[in-house]
Amino acid sequence: MKYALYTGCVAKGAGRELLAGTYAACSRLGIDLVEMTDAACCGAGVISEDNHFVADALNARTYSLAEQMGLPIMNICTTCQGVHRKCQINLANNPAHMAEVNKVLKEETGREYKGTVKIRHFYEVLLEEYGLEKLKSKIVKPLTGMKVAAFYGCYAMRPHEYSDLANPDDPDELEKIITALGATPVRYDERLKCCGFPILMMNKSDSLQLSANALTGAKKAGADLMVTPCPLCHLNMDAYQPEIEGRMDEKLRMPVLHIPQLVALALGATPAEIRLQTHIVRPKKELV
Amino acid sequence: MSTVTFRIFRFDPERDATGRYQDYQLALEPGITLLNCLNKIKWEQDATLTFRMSCGSAICGSCAMRVNGHSLLACKTQASPLVKDGVIQIDPLGNANIIRDLAVDLEPFWASIRKVKPWLMPDSADNPEKERLQTPEQYLKIDNSTTCIMCAACWSDCNALEVNKKFVGPAALAKAQRFIHDTRDAKRVERLEEISEANGVWNCTHCGECSTRCPTEAKPLGRIEEIREAAMAAGVHDNNGARHVLGFRETVGKRGLLDENYVPVRSVGFFNIPALLDLLPVGIRMFIRRKNPPVIPHSIEKVEEVRKIFSRFEELRKE
Repeated sequence: MKYALYTGCVAKGAGRELLAGTYAACSRLGIDLVEMTDAACCGAGVISEDNHFVADALNARTYSLAEQMGLPIMNICTTCQGVHRKCQINLANNPAHMAEVNKVLKEETGREYKGTVKIRHFYEVLLEEYGLEKLKSKIVKPLTGMKVAAFYGCYAMRPHEYSDLANPDDPDELEKIITALGATPVRYDERLKCCGFPILMMNKSDSLQLSANALTGAKKAGADLMVTPCPLCHLNMDAYQPEIEGRMDEKLRMPVLHIPQLVALALGATPAEIRLQTHIVRPKKELV
Repeated sequence: MSTVTFRIFRFDPERDATGRYQDYQLALEPGITLLNCLNKIKWEQDATLTFRMSCGSAICGSCAMRVNGHSLLACKTQASPLVKDGVIQIDPLGNANIIRDLAVDLEPFWASIRKVKPWLMPDSADNPEKERLQTPEQYLKIDNSTTCIMCAACWSDCNALEVNKKFVGPAALAKAQRFIHDTRDAKRVERLEEISEANGVWNCTHCGECSTRCPTEAKPLGRIEEIREAAMAAGVHDNNGARHVLGFRETVGKRGLLDENYVPVRSVGFFNIPALLDLLPVGIRMFIRRKNPPVIPHSIEKVEEVRKIFSRFEELRKE
């Protein structure tokens, strides 16, 4: 199996441990990755609020790069995945828009998006293409006894028409992976809520309260750690956890791992290899 | 016909200190709507059960309620697909105070709608002799938002409202879009400035719940994106949300990647000392853990292609 790895911005910046976790997991699974070093930011739903045409042109360019490579795209961020799927579906459903985007693309870059590329997040690759039974066969360190709370991130689920989840109102894809790794999934009400990251710069108080609700929900449900497929959710809940705790009467101390990191741990990666030491809230040593 | 348990939230302020659930058993007729199930329960089993309904045909919006944790219109939804382990759980709308059972106080919702001045404000000076007309193309821009039936399903499930009752909310923003993009309205920029203030359009978390729950084509998240795009185009930039977008435009347009060090500073304002000091603790914390973004930002390969795409639209913007 071979994928064009779309890193997005965070895995190259404030979430480099996500990239480390992805390589650690994929190398052990036998999934070949070719990093798309010339792909641009997906726009994160922000560029489109300045000019949706620019965002679509940027993303169509990225898809054309993957088509040129002859590979499907693997995302490691659900915000990138959600933005990509929305753009891809809108282009496919609107031939006039697609033609206009391609006209700009051709004139400015000489490229063309043909509409053929397949785009999947890491966890979807595991579930749909790699297969949980094969994943289980590669596990060398089952995460037995570890209680893990999945936090999906909005872009994986909503709006429904852009979601690849089987039941975006009550998904269980991450819980299936957690179970396959030998850990115990913990369900809690806030697992499908927003982490607040998109309004961090506009209304920090609201933003951190949303993360506080998720972290508290997971803790009350008995989770040892949380896992997310979205590095932006990770940033709000990990990097800002001291501020969040400052708003509360209790210490949360809730590690928030990226899903590839959790998979890599079960496949035998060391905490150092997946840069767990860079997390603001680190998992307890006996856990990992 | 299979018999299903309807687990319905009950609350009578004269009798109950807090809410409780009451179970009712009902055999589901093929194709029966949730609203018809509730009516059967009320008519045949318990006349005290309180819920709102009127038209029964997805026009009035009064029968919105939460089912299995998500809001929907009872009259528009068949009951059978809602059954989970033999149960359909029904709650009142969220983000609202409960009056009785499934009926909630919608006054804060209506107050938010009034806040965006939901009426046309044309240029009084043009004094037309005939009605003001729109072309079909002009109307298309507000076609979706005019389908809103004010059911408050979006309000109920809005994640931002859960933590901030002052947020204007998705329905009001969809309503605002309807007038901002109406070519007959003369207060476009004033509307954009007002909606860009605190607790306005930039307070939306972009979680998508509103569009997912919306039973019509109003789909508030799409309308919110259109308002933001209009505000950016109109130069309404004096707020953190717009500066955040500008930071994205500047760094992605220059390097192809987001500069995570620059954008937060750009968002709060270069000379906003208290806000900059507020960013410091997380910056130091991340630096110590080597979790900080690279001090010298990266560019993608072939970045000139991205710059050309941005330049093309910058030229169009100036025209």
